[in-house]
Amino acid sequence: MRQKISVNVNGVPRENEVEPRLLLVQYLRESLNLTGTHIGCDTGQCGACTVLLDGQAVKSCMVLAVQANGAQVRTVESLASGDAYHPVQQAFWDLHGLQCGFCTPGFLMATVSLLQRNPNPTDAEIREQLEGNLCRCTGYQNIVAAVRSAAEKMRAAPAASPTPMPAGAGGE
Amino acid sequence: MSVTRLFGASVKRREDPRLITGRGAYTDDIKLPGMLHMAVLRSPYGHARIKAIDTAKAKAHPGVRAVYTGADLLGRMNPIPCAWLIPDSDLKVPAYHALAKDTVRFTGDGVAMVIADDPATARDALDLIDVDYEPLPVVTSQEQAAATGAPQLHDDAPGNLAFHWKFAHGDVDAAFRDAEVVVKHRFVQQRLVPNAMEPRSAVASWNPGAEELLIYNTTQNPHIARFLTAVTTSIPENKIRYIARDVGGGFGSKIPFYPGDALAVFASKDLGLPVKWTEDRRENYVATIHGRDQITEVEMAAKRDGTMTGLRVKALSNMGAYLSTAAPGVPTWLFALIVPGCYTIQNYACDVFGYFTNTTPTDAYRGAGRPEAAFLIERMADLLAAEVKMDPVEIRRKNFIPADAFPYTTAGTLSYDSGNYQAALDKALAMVDYAGLRQKQAELRQQGRYLGIGLSTYVEVCGLAPSAAAGAMGFQGGLWEPATVRVLATGKVVVLTGTNPHGQGEETTFAQMVGDMLGVPVEDVDVVHGDTGAIPMGWGTYGSRTTAVGGTAIYKATVKVIEKAKKLAAHLLEASPDDLEFEQGSFRVKGSPGKAKTIQEIALMANVAWNMPEGMEPGLEESTFHDPTNFTFPFGTHICVVEVDADTGEVKIERYIAVDDVGVVINPMIVDGQVHGGVAQGIGQALYEHAIYDEGGNLITGSMMDYTVPNATQIPTIETARTETPCPHNLTGVKGVGETGTIASTQAVVNAVVDALSPLGISDIEMPLTPERVWRAMRAAQASAAPTGQP
Repeated sequence: MRQKISVNVNGVPRENEVEPRLLLVQYLRESLNLTGTHIGCDTGQCGACTVLLDGQAVKSCMVLAVQANGAQVRTVESLASGDAYHPVQQAFWDLHGLQCGFCTPGFLMATVSLLQRNPNPTDAEIREQLEGNLCRCTGYQNIVAAVRSAAEKMRAAPAASPTPMPAGAGGE
Repeated sequence: MSVTRLFGASVKRREDPRLITGRGAYTDDIKLPGMLHMAVLRSPYGHARIKAIDTAKAKAHPGVRAVYTGADLLGRMNPIPCAWLIPDSDLKVPAYHALAKDTVRFTGDGVAMVIADDPATARDALDLIDVDYEPLPVVTSQEQAAATGAPQLHDDAPGNLAFHWKFAHGDVDAAFRDAEVVVKHRFVQQRLVPNAMEPRSAVASWNPGAEELLIYNTTQNPHIARFLTAVTTSIPENKIRYIARDVGGGFGSKIPFYPGDALAVFASKDLGLPVKWTEDRRENYVATIHGRDQITEVEMAAKRDGTMTGLRVKALSNMGAYLSTAAPGVPTWLFALIVPGCYTIQNYACDVFGYFTNTTPTDAYRGAGRPEAAFLIERMADLLAAEVKMDPVEIRRKNFIPADAFPYTTAGTLSYDSGNYQAALDKALAMVDYAGLRQKQAELRQQGRYLGIGLSTYVEVCGLAPSAAAGAMGFQGGLWEPATVRVLATGKVVVLTGTNPHGQGEETTFAQMVGDMLGVPVEDVDVVHGDTGAIPMGWGTYGSRTTAVGGTAIYKATVKVIEKAKKLAAHLLEASPDDLEFEQGSFRVKGSPGKAKTIQEIALMANVAWNMPEGMEPGLEESTFHDPTNFTFPFGTHICVVEVDADTGEVKIERYIAVDDVGVVINPMIVDGQVHGGVAQGIGQALYEHAIYDEGGNLITGSMMDYTVPNATQIPTIETARTETPCPHNLTGVKGVGETGTIASTQAVVNAVVDALSPLGISDIEMPLTPERVWRAMRAAQASAAPTGQP
């Protein structure tokens, strides 16, 4: 029995009929063609599928699409504003915080959430709070450096660090 | 505009803008019109006979388009080939059917597949397939498999023996006869799961009209995959196009050609529609290759003064249930030749036995044989040091190949082209303040604290090539690389490479190199990889070969482009080519600064071809086919400093120093990143990771819940530094860095822990050095020491 859901994804209101068992990550990837959110495991360990659900970082493979009914969802596709990258994106680029890039969208979204909670984290706090995201390429060193750098920039210029939602990032 | 050298600069990666915005093109992101979805039913038994399969209910399930079993494939698909047929080893290659014919040999072996309208339906239908299994006795370890009376996997491999490979050099018996000291040890290289973050995936699309196959795939080597697809499916090689643009990590696990790839192709061809297959992580754990799993018995002969004189190695390798694509070469050639390491040992023998077991096939995992070799020799160096009561630093200095002895032919018959092991060691010792640290260690020991210092002075063999060596080793392919450099009419540059970087950043590295040579902005150079429709040939990305081999090919092609452009410029400037100089993208007549043509102007004139010199063909494009004359030999010293918690056995890495010599460095930022990630994987093996089978052949560490992929709290900050000894036999001087970190690090950590616990009389702990294992080792040592009253 399909169920009707209304979800605001990256600022775009969406209405779909979905199977109750459909995962949020599958809804984003399959129904909305937002393939920036990746599936790296089936057990909630890797964090590649991290998105913001009503502002909170969640692993979208651990949430059913029907649970997102009425909610705001933000994915990696919404981070940049036109040509301007979000400071977290920019820092990952500047400091080589990614290699194969598969875990990266999850790390970006988890970092956005982390810096909302804690704008000035220590390295140890960064490492602890990104424990739920796995990366096999970088050894985390440049990820930690990127998060630290993004935090500095966002503290220095809070106005320049909104959470924009450009039109067109809402999928197809 | 100021001109800075791109070569050697930390240019930000050109790959990143698409990857940080969610616009990458990974295989699972691909959707084609009419695309169906495949799911594979995998054996829940380690070993069983299939008595019957009933697919009727699955076939009748709404949304299911087809169900196939092994019987449906017979005569229509060849077995999955093994492509490294090591000679003189009595190698047995039992048929590896993409879906089992009558027997399953590991949990994860394919039994049937369902093709359906959507992925969930395909998976639902798997549950409707009824398989009647007759369980058979299971054997999971190589030592069990070698035992008399062990369950047999393959009729054509008696005693489960896949091969017995031998190597010997010098007079080993004499070395042991004359030895003043002999140190013996048994090491276990535990089984690991590569865990690339992106699971494997294939989207196969057969066009029945054109009789052509397009396949998107998570492969490190699309041309090899094309070849093996042709061999398996009988589709002509020139009718197959592989695309692998963004691949989410590989670490060797995406070298092999897998049953899943072949099955997606088969189904697409049979149904005439595109078919997608994406494994889930649990499937990845059982059906994508594993790494390591080698047991070695080692004897080292030496003099009392610490001079190493001889080495005997017997290795038992667990190959899993079948031989994966490159599997036989990993524990033999890639392991054995480099075992003597940095040392002048000239008498060396190695016997390697490969065994079939009821486990997932093993194959190349980051380092592939060389981590095992470096671990072995560097652990033995420490054991010898302890035996003759020398400092681990001094035992190494005593046995190093001298810096003035290169090129040096080793007991492994490799010709090390260059090196300066002393310089890297000195640099690392200075960084860590070795003398001060030893003093601190002594002080802490007085307080009952366990600080340990571990060294790894490694050398590795990479830049895999030349092709003649590949042939001699039985690799069923070449190891050269082609390159094409094409300058378009607008001056923009396209570079084609047969390597397939999947995180290593060569879209940037290669663009830097070409941009620098042509004097054009890095943004004007586009590197195309991972498309057999665009790139003539290639052997792929593995063995730290991409920049050393593929990059050198690009270098050579770029030199040819400049040579042609120079001739055309001379023609247009009415000057002799000898009178032209090429600098910062301009050909200038020496002494006449006003007479000049930019490379962009020349590119336009070459592409329109209005005024070419006599005999010169149009266009500005050159290709090359580069086959190196030797491997490359990166080296360095890694030092790990740990403190072991006396109460819990927990190992805390206090400092990690990596001094590497990877030859000339094109992009230091990227090279550092490769070292960080490589070291993290080496630390993972030392402290955390272990693939464990139970007696029934179930992988009990079969998910990320049960298998520890290290997280950010488990990996320390890595302090990197370099020495630079250029590779003398290629034009770039590059050696390769993809695997150095992994090859160098595992034994540095283990040596550090053993050093920390040496006051307890502990000389080894089997990996992974989990708190429990370390705690038990400490308790056992203390218990056995207690009766004699020793501390």
